Amino acid sequence: MQRIGVFVCHCGSNIAATVDVKKVVELVRYEPGVVFADDYMYMCSEAGQEKIIEAIKENKLTGLVICSCSPRMHEKTFRACAEKAGLNPYMVEIANIREQCSWIHKDREEATEKAVILARAAIAKVNLNTPLQEGESPVIKRALVIGGGIAGIQTALDIADAGYPVDIVEREPSIGGRMSQFDKTFPTLDCASCILTPKMVEVNQHPNITLYTYSEVEGVAGYVGNFEVQIKKKARSVDMAACTGCGECQAKCPLGKMGKIPSEFDRGLKNRPAIYMPFAQAVPAVPVIDRENCTYFKTGKCGVCAKICPSKAINYEQEDEIVTEKYGAIVVATGFDIINLDKYGEYAYNESPDVITSIELERLMNAAGPTGGHLERMSDHKQPKDIVFIQCVGSRCDDEKGKPYCSKVCCMYTAKHAMLIKDHWPDTNVTVFYIDVRTPGKNFDEFYRRAVEQYHVNYIKGQVGKVIPQPDGSLMVQGVDLLDNKQIMKKTDMVVLAAAIEPNKGVRKIATMLTASIDNNDFLTEAHAKLRPVESPTAGIFLSGMAQGPKDIPETVSQAGAAAVKVVGLLAKDKLKTNPCTAKCDPMFCNGCSTCANVCPYGAITYEDQLVRGPGVNETRRVAIVNNALCQGCGACTTACPSGAMDLQGFSNRQITTEVDAICQ
Amino acid sequence: MQGLIDRLTALLNDGTVARVLGWKKGDMPYNPEPAIFNSAEELKDFVYDGFCGANLSKMMIEATKLEGKTAVCLKPCDTYSFNQLIREHRVNRDNAYIIGVGCRGKLDIEKIKKDAKGITEISGTELDGQEKVTIKTIYGDKEINYTDALLGRCHVCKGKEHMIADETWGESKDTADQERFEEVQKLEAMTAEERFEFFKNELSKCIRCNACRNVCPACSCRKCVFDNTKFDAQQKANVDSFEEKMFHIIRAFHVAGRCTDCGECSRVCPEGIPLHLFNRKFIKDIDKYYGEFQAGKDPEAQSPLTDFTFEDIEPGERG
Repeated sequence: MQRIGVFVCHCGSNIAATVDVKKVVELVRYEPGVVFADDYMYMCSEAGQEKIIEAIKENKLTGLVICSCSPRMHEKTFRACAEKAGLNPYMVEIANIREQCSWIHKDREEATEKAVILARAAIAKVNLNTPLQEGESPVIKRALVIGGGIAGIQTALDIADAGYPVDIVEREPSIGGRMSQFDKTFPTLDCASCILTPKMVEVNQHPNITLYTYSEVEGVAGYVGNFEVQIKKKARSVDMAACTGCGECQAKCPLGKMGKIPSEFDRGLKNRPAIYMPFAQAVPAVPVIDRENCTYFKTGKCGVCAKICPSKAINYEQEDEIVTEKYGAIVVATGFDIINLDKYGEYAYNESPDVITSIELERLMNAAGPTGGHLERMSDHKQPKDIVFIQCVGSRCDDEKGKPYCSKVCCMYTAKHAMLIKDHWPDTNVTVFYIDVRTPGKNFDEFYRRAVEQYHVNYIKGQVGKVIPQPDGSLMVQGVDLLDNKQIMKKTDMVVLAAAIEPNKGVRKIATMLTASIDNNDFLTEAHAKLRPVESPTAGIFLSGMAQGPKDIPETVSQAGAAAVKVVGLLAKDKLKTNPCTAKCDPMFCNGCSTCANVCPYGAITYEDQLVRGPGVNETRRVAIVNNALCQGCGACTTACPSGAMDLQGFSNRQITTEVDAICQ
Repeated sequence: MQGLIDRLTALLNDGTVARVLGWKKGDMPYNPEPAIFNSAEELKDFVYDGFCGANLSKMMIEATKLEGKTAVCLKPCDTYSFNQLIREHRVNRDNAYIIGVGCRGKLDIEKIKKDAKGITEISGTELDGQEKVTIKTIYGDKEINYTDALLGRCHVCKGKEHMIADETWGESKDTADQERFEEVQKLEAMTAEERFEFFKNELSKCIRCNACRNVCPACSCRKCVFDNTKFDAQQKANVDSFEEKMFHIIRAFHVAGRCTDCGECSRVCPEGIPLHLFNRKFIKDIDKYYGEFQAGKDPEAQSPLTDFTFEDIEPGERG
């Protein structure tokens, strides 16, 4: 029989205001196994922990139940406290009477009753707890950053500067990400390339950084400290070592002049050859051949690039290559894209070339862009005299076609666009339709006020219902002015849509491979929204940039640094303690059916022929074996096992049913 | 049938197999029972007729542990179960010699008994028998069309092909003349309350004889969780009479994705509970959400419920 001590925390008034703490103590005192019960203002405080340690020693306690906040908050604290008093840390159970009780109930009587029930369940469980021993696993001192945009670049640089090797995997032929497409950046209006390209070069030259561009993560195995990742290096068809980046091949590719392949980098506003670098400052400065469009790959004829390449770097025979590398930590920095606008027929994006997205506008205003920085309509190449910006296209949207969240950066970049246009071409009439203008951030509101007050950008509170292309080539914008309470019909030359931001499509696959959780909008979830914002709930996985949620460049860079610090903190350790709550197979009941191995995400289950002896059994049969170093205790096998042979230590089926029984008593 | 017995005799005599798993005559003309035949001599009791509905796959778990090969007679639908057992490493394929026996649908004695009491003899039920089954009773002779007396499962026959066999004997017939999910659709059309009433009513007949569990080839656990003291499930008193019947619902979950829809559960139920409906609903949902899947069709195929693909639907998404 266990000797259990129950400790009920007031958490100041967080718990005590709704739960009658004293009553809980009195009621649990006579539960089976309980020999001691007490309450205290703050159990997690030093004085509170002292109380626990003293009680363990005085009452020879063998198990603890702490009725307090969520185990995610203080389970570690109380386990450490138990260990200090010589108790196995896994003899501690937390009854969450704060988040799951006092915070969500108003009625004191009901809340108190529920607190007692939760405590009773935890007591029932501790009665079945057994001491568990943590193991140790080594840490591979190398990090992987998935995504080579500003978030990935900054994270990699910070980790590399701390002295650890980092690999960046980037899907596109060059690093740089979305930021490399931008013209100027708010609120300082410095040019995006000017601040980004030096960092790209630094990444390329850093002795601790290895770049895998035009590559994708294909598979992830292992666990924190010991990930094994398969990286697919897609065939570039160009020998990276030989290529000097002279650009001859791009210039001579016959498809370049035919204008058939839209440039992804220029968002389809310009065409590119089949052999190409996405942009002039690409890192690495090595082109790729787009095999789907290349004439040589389609017909076997052409081969111009190979003929003219002075370094003989073209290699049509190159094949995709899988590189397997081990890492201690993985950072997801897969970034964002804007939503597909097919569902927004009302804005005529697919009908008129003069209705563009904000990213397209960035390209049109960029000196290195398709028009050399000259703002013009794509239909007739005339400079627009009147421009309408529409905000929240798909953001803050209640219906299914849009996103419920605010994309956060649109208000600021639209103010930037408006000001830049007014600055270059002061006689342009600029109107912005908005729901709200949101400008929290250092120097942000000042920036927006400048657009309104100094540049006289016409801000109209209200939404646009329809954009109608006119026979004369102009666009009719039908909207509403909510402040003046009137309908607006406005003729304009160009419409710019602030399309909602969404996580990059590839993140779903990556999150699945990493078993990192994502939310309803596919943004990666933090381990704790406030206290662990750059960590995934999956140990060893860290978050950087837009993959976690909408944010601007300053915020991305700060978060990238924060993620890097967390990674460095992990890599600095030589050994990690492993979770002893691993699965265990009872060979007496195991069917050897392989169901558990099929569902195990960590490849921790193998089979062997074992001599099984027991009442009425004496035979050699196929049974499951769990590798404790690989098992992460997710419990998938225990629920899949039809015979109940698989059990999770620390969360055994019996412990859980006992808890349920205690609740339903 | 004699041809089959001759072949089995030859297999035993030339040492290809050490024993035969088949059916032998029962105490009534309509209840042959599964049996092991260890010699050509014993085969005199061997029988294969319209009443040999029993799926012998599950018995191969123990039979293939024995020394030497065991010949087993499997009907086309039984081979799905056998494949599923291979998939789960429950039978030793190397110790099995599979004779894919022909099948023209199996008979439901309850349907025959409706019009014929006091049965003394039944003829015409063999594989090469007549269209009509002749029933001798103490009240005189009766006749019934073979197809009118088929088991419910034969109306949704999975086909006449054996999924696995070392050799085949006899011609098979696809007896399907009903939409497989017709019964399930009827259930789906009910309101939740009506459906609960339906199952409550059906399951109220259950006497927990465990026949369904014992016959089910997917219920092949060495020890069933319901008999396992590790879970305290046995020691619990039931809150109400329906709680006892949760057995069937839990069982349906345990065999989901593994059930081949062989229909043995409903065939053996002494209370006539349509137990296959639970499983068939699961099969329909699996087909709908994960693409068509027939357990046991291919022993290499991954079951959708224990396999992950990036195309899987997300929780909450409904097709």
